Amino acid sequence: MSDTWLMRNLRAVNGRAYPRIIGSKREPSWLFFDIVLPLLTVAAYAYIYKFNNAQEQFIGYVVLGGAMTAFWLNILWSMASQLYWEKEIGNLQLYLMAPISRMSILAGMAVGGLFFTTLRATSTLVIGIVVFSVAFTLSNPLMILVIFVVTMIALYGMGMMFASLYLLFGREAYHMSNLMMEPVYFASGFYFPVKYLGFWAAAGASAIPITLGLDALRQLFFAAGSGDAFLPVETEAAILCVLSVVFVFLAKYSLDYMERLGKTSGRLTLRWQ
Amino acid sequence: MKSDLRTFKNAAWLGWQMEANWTDPFLFATYSIVKPLAGTLILVFMYLVIIETSGSGMEMADSPYFTYMFIGNAFYMYAAEVLFGVTWVIHDDREHYMTLKQVYIAPINFYAYVLGRAAIKIAITTVGVLITLVFGVLALGVGIDLGSVDWPFFIISLIVGLACICILGLALGGISFLTAKHGEGINEGIAGVFYVLSGVVFPITALPTWAQSVSKVLPVTYWMEALRRGLSPDAMDQLKASYPYDVTGLGGFDNVFLMLVLVVSSVIFFVLSLGIFRYADLIARRKGKIDWTSAY
Repeated sequence: MSDTWLMRNLRAVNGRAYPRIIGSKREPSWLFFDIVLPLLTVAAYAYIYKFNNAQEQFIGYVVLGGAMTAFWLNILWSMASQLYWEKEIGNLQLYLMAPISRMSILAGMAVGGLFFTTLRATSTLVIGIVVFSVAFTLSNPLMILVIFVVTMIALYGMGMMFASLYLLFGREAYHMSNLMMEPVYFASGFYFPVKYLGFWAAAGASAIPITLGLDALRQLFFAAGSGDAFLPVETEAAILCVLSVVFVFLAKYSLDYMERLGKTSGRLTLRWQ
Repeated sequence: MKSDLRTFKNAAWLGWQMEANWTDPFLFATYSIVKPLAGTLILVFMYLVIIETSGSGMEMADSPYFTYMFIGNAFYMYAAEVLFGVTWVIHDDREHYMTLKQVYIAPINFYAYVLGRAAIKIAITTVGVLITLVFGVLALGVGIDLGSVDWPFFIISLIVGLACICILGLALGGISFLTAKHGEGINEGIAGVFYVLSGVVFPITALPTWAQSVSKVLPVTYWMEALRRGLSPDAMDQLKASYPYDVTGLGGFDNVFLMLVLVVSSVIFFVLSLGIFRYADLIARRKGKIDWTSAY
């Protein structure tokens, strides 16, 4: 690996991350919608718990889950669908011709997306905490950081893998993203602890990294969280580490497969299909 | 009139092609079933968790609140999907398919075109609503007894409410003429406000007093109440009897009053929406935004 190759790819990461970071500043009104829209769902679900006199921590779970939806939406609409859209507007062929690894394009998308999504999710979280007077605890901030980082690596690795697969779906990409919203909110326990789905269903849903990430964060943020836990935090951290490696590897594999298939079938840059 | 009906029919056919031709019928049917059911299951499990952690030993099917929440959530699909569908016609035709200018200058009634496209959205959403309700009744014991349904009241409420949503969608569609990047946010924002403030999944009395005042001027609040009273009058009576206060916040209004509010608000929205649509149309023409694309 030469310095030139490394620098070129780092520049590609930087170049692809740049429009995502700067883009959020150019259209501030988007920021309003991105923060307020999840809050509406959070408010509705929080009022369901409130109306039924549910235990205090459940409102906190809803606020945390609502904030984390930003990451899942970013994965679906700004990672998974991105290469398909790049193909539609004619950028994909430029990426393929450039003397860089395709992984650095995906990594740039992930870094940029992660940056602005973290800002939005944090805003939703803070507003939710203030509006619903949620009592968060920060007894182990280092572990919270570790869980968040490994969850994001695994999640964005999954997004990078989806980006290649979506290219094969063609027009189905939009519908696939649409389809993976509510079912994943449900299966991953965004608004209720996943353990209530039952062991095997929760174990199956754990293939989606945000399931275990959310479960671990709930345990770390709320004093009563361990009572609603699916697995111990340490176990979830270990599984998330494994998922991170698996998804990044699968992302590389599917990207190579997609490129090979595109070259042989000649359809990689063909639009409107 | 004949020409408008033909436009409506062809727009509905076009809408169906756009909604369904991306995949095979089996996958489309799966997609149409899984999405609404998953959204409903979130609420079902939230309520299960509430019951389980409360230790009350209550069965979900015995709870009139569960029926209240389930019916509200099922019919809210109309508010979300139809509102989005009507508005999205403008954005999709202009930005994605780039055909809005051709449709716009064609010698057809543009309203008939937009409503035709929306009609197919209503049809697809109806399938989702029916599947959700059947699933609720058969699998979860939602309290809907076909023998006790007040059919005339339910059907009239459904039609008037849907008309009101379509009319509101027309106003938002007009706004979409002038915006490049906000259509989706505005749609979801309005639908989200309805979800929180219209007593869709919890009674409006759970809200702060100021928010209840807002709820009472939203037609969707009365629509939801009317649909529940029509579809499950027994569960609604049980719910009222379970609380020492007017739990829905609308207990003092009889069915006739609810219907009157729905009809009057539909007429008001109709006038407002037409005004907004025509004004936005005029501005869009002046500023050359009918065939405007922004790569969003």
